[in-house]
Amino acid sequence: MENKFKSLSKKLFSELKKEEILTVSCTGENSQFIRLNNAKIRQTGLVDDADIQLKMIANNRTCTGSFTLSGDSVIDLSRGKSEIERMRLESKEILEDPYIVMPSGTGSSHEIITASGLNFVDAVDAIMPAVHGVDFVGILANGRMYRGNSNSLGQEHWFETESFCLDYSLVTKNHQMVKGTFAGTEWDQGKYENYLQTSKQKLKMMELKPVSVDTGEYRTWFEPAAVSDFLDMFSWNGISEASIQQGCSGFGKMRHDDVRLSPHFSISEDFSTGMVPKFNSNGEVAPSVVPIIKDGELVNTLVSSRTAAEYNRTTNYAETGEYLRSPQMKPGDLKQEDVLKALDTGLYLSNIHYLNWSDNPGGRITGLTRYACFWVNNGEIEGPINTMRFDDTFYKYFGDNLEYVGGDTEFIPNTSTYGNREIGGTICPGILANSFALTL
Amino acid sequence: MKVDTNLKDMLGAVSVPADWVGIREVYEAQSPRMIRDGAPVSNGRYSTHGIMVEVLVDGQFGYYGTPDISKSGVEHASRNAFEQAKAASKYSVHSFTHEARPKSVGTYRSPFVKDIGEVSAKELNVLLLEAYKHLKVSDKIVSASSLARTIETNFHYISSNGSDIVQEFLMLEFDLSATAVDGSNQQTRTFGGMRGTCRQTGMEFLDQMEIVSQANKIGEQAIELLTADETPTGDMDLVIASDQMMLQIHESIGHALEVDRILGDERNYAGWSFVKLEDFGSLQYGSEHMNITFDPTVSSEFASYGYDDGGLKADREYLIKDGILVRGLGGMESQIRSGVNGVANFRASSWNRAPIDRMANINLEPGDATFDDIISSVEKGVYVESNRSWSIDDYRNKFQFGCEYGKMIENGKLTKTIKNPNYRGISNPFWNSLKMVGNQDTLGIYGTPNCGKGEPNQIIRVGHASPVCLFNNVQVFGGA
Repeated sequence: MENKFKSLSKKLFSELKKEEILTVSCTGENSQFIRLNNAKIRQTGLVDDADIQLKMIANNRTCTGSFTLSGDSVIDLSRGKSEIERMRLESKEILEDPYIVMPSGTGSSHEIITASGLNFVDAVDAIMPAVHGVDFVGILANGRMYRGNSNSLGQEHWFETESFCLDYSLVTKNHQMVKGTFAGTEWDQGKYENYLQTSKQKLKMMELKPVSVDTGEYRTWFEPAAVSDFLDMFSWNGISEASIQQGCSGFGKMRHDDVRLSPHFSISEDFSTGMVPKFNSNGEVAPSVVPIIKDGELVNTLVSSRTAAEYNRTTNYAETGEYLRSPQMKPGDLKQEDVLKALDTGLYLSNIHYLNWSDNPGGRITGLTRYACFWVNNGEIEGPINTMRFDDTFYKYFGDNLEYVGGDTEFIPNTSTYGNREIGGTICPGILANSFALTL
Repeated sequence: MKVDTNLKDMLGAVSVPADWVGIREVYEAQSPRMIRDGAPVSNGRYSTHGIMVEVLVDGQFGYYGTPDISKSGVEHASRNAFEQAKAASKYSVHSFTHEARPKSVGTYRSPFVKDIGEVSAKELNVLLLEAYKHLKVSDKIVSASSLARTIETNFHYISSNGSDIVQEFLMLEFDLSATAVDGSNQQTRTFGGMRGTCRQTGMEFLDQMEIVSQANKIGEQAIELLTADETPTGDMDLVIASDQMMLQIHESIGHALEVDRILGDERNYAGWSFVKLEDFGSLQYGSEHMNITFDPTVSSEFASYGYDDGGLKADREYLIKDGILVRGLGGMESQIRSGVNGVANFRASSWNRAPIDRMANINLEPGDATFDDIISSVEKGVYVESNRSWSIDDYRNKFQFGCEYGKMIENGKLTKTIKNPNYRGISNPFWNSLKMVGNQDTLGIYGTPNCGKGEPNQIIRVGHASPVCLFNNVQVFGGA
């Protein structure tokens, strides 16, 4: 794939006229998807896909395009040349772009992560025997993924990795569920079977008599997976500089009114783990670590080069959409074995679901409890709770109401497969809030 | 671009001893053009082109999505799909036959008058810039944007049991948006909420709209919201405009009736449903005023089509009749697995995803009340327009929606404007509180380009048409 990308890029650059600049990006994968329901296979298949994205700067205009890489060099060159011609013509028609972001000719990178992953042919026999006897539903996504970027000024980036992700739920006869995500690069059959066994043990707790919880405010422990869902909201009308400038961010109070979160809360964009490429679609390489909220204070937003040009800020080479690509939240000092004691009486939420801003300027987020969520009484789990809606502001549960931050972090993989498989995930601990509002 | 690959030749390249083989070719090109704050932020053309080869082996379907549209590519794909299906067949959730892929031959072409090429990139840029200028009615509009996205999709499906279907679509998404800010008060107004204005149409759609006056209205309403009162909290009557009914139908009816969800396929991702298989034919889903159709035959609605991606011919069907649940959103595979009557809704987002049960056009049929009849029947309540926030639980029970714009209704009259209108409820009792359904004059046709579901994940286009509706005794509340 790398050779095809480089060869095509080079040929496309040779098609350019003087004062035309072209950036070529690639997103590709060779993936296997096995979908399961009730410990049986619902759908199975393979997908080869690679998308070439083009950005041409000409005549003070920015034009973009994309096409599918067929694998046939003649067809692909023809598609690329056709796109260049279309963009060239369009650059004479469309409005001038006052915030053009010129690519750089330096700072190339190359990273290929190889692994003894799960062979496509062996996958069914590897995963199926262990799920026997339990209501197992979910998906295995497995295979190689590619990201490339090059430009006509001479810069080249390539990132290639192989991974598997078995994202699943186990379900009791009473419809109580436990979530699991077994993901990595090296497939280890023993580790997989042990991981699944742990989920099965957890499922037994879901067979406790359910507890009915009323609306109201409760002390609440959020497991790292739930915290990760809250942090995902930071990437949508959140810590994007453009969002703040355009009046649609939940972080306006922190920028304009110096409102702060708890001094125990810190989050950074941290590429030091190497799980995602540091380069963005413009070929720019982000700093290894960008602190976003430090000890409760908003110290940086995510600033793309275009936003920097438009609003006279300094870029930190965020992706165009200014979303977190490799978020990492700082752990605290509450040990996992002390969580129930510290919680005392309240909610233990393993996962949350379907979050949305209910009052964006106020930082209020609504959503629902899902999977292994329990009522805890005097430091002991009493039973699973019914599904409850919450509606509360992060200015409280990451702010004054944040009592403890967990001492251990977890890696929560990004399991999204819209369009293509995503890379990376969130590293974060759990948190304990002394109040959290359930509304329905 | 037409899809002119000789798929019959390709089918001949399949050498594996499968019980059934299908090839689905999809080409799609999207051209978004957007002006924000006076500058172009998007002028692009993004295309995708590939095929999905699907085989049936020992009762199990296996697939291979590939951009390699050659005989050798198809041969390679079919061989690997065969291996996948064979390995999985000993664990199949159901043993299918080719009954799950009925033979159909036909064509569908979405209606349009002016083709994409009849409006140039320059003309579109100028039009969108003009719209932007009319959105920015005040310095308090800190950001405004105008968007037009054209979508061309061409589809060809052929199978070993004789199916041969060609479908061609031309679509348009259009949006205007203005955000007004005064201190910490941020208010956004759009053209139908969350990209709700989307149709199967040609460029004539832009001629038919009064874009300048619409842009002015949106800008002025954003400013109006800055000084509006907060929405009151309490249980009261709620009148919902078509552009919010769209999402109410989508989330609390459409997804709940997907038979693959009811069968549990989605429990690890999108969720389950409060509806059970035994509910079809008996469940009082809503009041007697409620009539919901699956209707892929509405001209220009966003998700009209002739056939689904499994080859089933698409027809209009009642899902809910006089409040009673009568039919599910299940394609042939779900109908075979569940025994529940379904519809032609087995759809994939593109060539690289396998079809699953999806919505298409899910519509609430008009009643006979005028808008004035509805408003005058309310002693105290609120009227809401345009979605800005949505959330519902994994059983499609507990929902909460936020809207852009509201009006108080007092003693049968619309009175002051209110900001941050939100409401919440539980699907089944909510629909049973449906008191009045507006007539044809109140009908709005909307849709969404961003319906997410499935593992692997898929985004698909759906349409929703609805009149204005009145619900009794709903939990309403404001912001902050």
